[in-house]
Amino acid sequence: MATTTPVRQSTPPKSAAPRLRAPRRHIPGRPRRSVLLTVLTGVVLVYSLLPLVWLLFSATKSQEGLARSFGLWLDSDFDLWANIADTFAYQDGVFVRWLLNTLLYVVVGAGGATFLAVLGGYALAKFDFPGKKAVFAVVIGAVAVPATALAVPTFLLFSKVGLTDTPWAVIIPSLISPFGLYLMWVFASEAIPTELMEAARIDGAGELRTFFQVALPLLAPGTVTVLLFTTVATWNNYFLPLIMLKDPDWYPLTLGLDAWNKQAQTSDGDVVTNLVLTGSLLTVIPLIAAFLLLQKYWQSGLSAGSVKE
Amino acid sequence: MTTLQPSAAIGRSPAGPPVRRTRRSWKGWGFIGPFALVFAVVFLAPLAYSVHLSLFRTQLIGGTRFVGLENYQLALQDSQFWDGVFRVGLFLLIQVPIMLGVALLVALAIDSGRLYGKDFFRITVFLPYAVPAVVATLMWGFMYGTRYGLVGDIDSALGVSLPDPLSADLVLASIGNIVTWEFVGYNMLIFYAALRVVPHSLYEAAQIDGAGQWRVITAIKLPAIRGALVIATIFSVIGSFQLFNEPAILQKLAPNAITTDFTPNYYTYSLSFAGQQQNYSATVAIVMGVITMIVAYVVQLRGMRKGA
Repeated sequence: MATTTPVRQSTPPKSAAPRLRAPRRHIPGRPRRSVLLTVLTGVVLVYSLLPLVWLLFSATKSQEGLARSFGLWLDSDFDLWANIADTFAYQDGVFVRWLLNTLLYVVVGAGGATFLAVLGGYALAKFDFPGKKAVFAVVIGAVAVPATALAVPTFLLFSKVGLTDTPWAVIIPSLISPFGLYLMWVFASEAIPTELMEAARIDGAGELRTFFQVALPLLAPGTVTVLLFTTVATWNNYFLPLIMLKDPDWYPLTLGLDAWNKQAQTSDGDVVTNLVLTGSLLTVIPLIAAFLLLQKYWQSGLSAGSVKE
Repeated sequence: MTTLQPSAAIGRSPAGPPVRRTRRSWKGWGFIGPFALVFAVVFLAPLAYSVHLSLFRTQLIGGTRFVGLENYQLALQDSQFWDGVFRVGLFLLIQVPIMLGVALLVALAIDSGRLYGKDFFRITVFLPYAVPAVVATLMWGFMYGTRYGLVGDIDSALGVSLPDPLSADLVLASIGNIVTWEFVGYNMLIFYAALRVVPHSLYEAAQIDGAGQWRVITAIKLPAIRGALVIATIFSVIGSFQLFNEPAILQKLAPNAITTDFTPNYYTYSLSFAGQQQNYSATVAIVMGVITMIVAYVVQLRGMRKGA
């Protein structure tokens, strides 16, 4: 933990040169690749992919096709496009509404959470202020409390001030990400040289300007990481909206899909498993795409966080 | 991460990087202020209100009155609650070691550099983390189906009759599988990120001493990432005790196997939203929170002492 940093710094720079081709390896040349190890690890890979492949195939099937065909192959009818069109059209296009709601919760909730975490992490890393230790202790202590234990009292408090069944009921609790605060604190103490802040101040920049023009650009990889993880948390949130929202018009996608699935269980409910599955696929794709496209950022952000663990 | 921070912070101040701070001033509050304010609204206020609620009881006749610790006495003797606690306890003891074990093996395999296409492995195993619990549960729930699901397909293709994963006996294991699927990759990434910063001079020294791969793992790699292992364990403990999404969603597909008091959290939820017993619900939630904190604390103590 604490030992990693100093040892890492004391590594003589000379030794870096011969390792250029395989920077991480201690053995001269690369370690021999192992087919056996690849196959064994491949089992976990197949396990991770299996449900997603199943979902991909299932989204191409009609309600009847789902029942009659093998799960990991196509049905005789290829209904993917029809399913997608139906998903968007079903119940007067409520899926689009849910998608827009989810985007609202992500942009305001996850975006806000990231902004607060960046500001707070910067403060913890670079300032000494009265009550800092108390802030720290309270945040840590409260985080150990199961979040779901807070949900019921939060609901009751929000209903007293008329916030339940409005977007705010989902957005406001999403604004706090203790994990994000921690990550930004670690990241900011590494990434921002205090001398640079001093220089900016000597040049007459105010605190806000120092933050936005000096600190914020240096915090970019950490910010992207926190943004991705808060986005996942908000996009995938189920418990909070389940408690806070009664009106389907404010549902996020997760709650909407759950509602479509539940209606199959009611006596005269319309069974739309094919739409539940196609909707699921459409819900998953944006996040997977975001993770794949931004992997360079969040991976560097995460490993920076682990230096201090 | 959370419970570990105090010790990390203590370790930092003497040995940490020479962060030259400006003199103590209130400036920092300008930056931490917004977080602190929202935190007070969504964490501290509900917490205080929860404690307040747990000390009262609302009855049809007589309204709300102060009952002291009576609700707590009730909770401690509530067999529905304790059944749920033991269920998540069992879940914890079996699912968490399997999940973290697999995650660790994959992280070590990727870090060893002996895999073909290790980047592909890293990304793909992590992908399920991006899948919402709702979607993950629905997918697995349908696949579990013995009539139309993948289990049914296998049954008819091979002419066998696999046990129903959604039956009362197996449903906890089936939920464990869903949770494992969701979080193996996430934990793998935590371990892998920790492995990457192990200083290479250590490996070189071990090689000079003639240590084999296995010895390098047990003597260098595992001790070096002990912090990450403890953090992942604490997160998993908290996650197990909070189990709600997966059973709540699966309940519609397995109504006979999953009761509304299946886990303590589910019980809390049912008490408050189906039973309108908010005061008792708050009490159960607090008791569960205290149990969670105690277990997380014990894990941290044990984890930090081992081999330290």
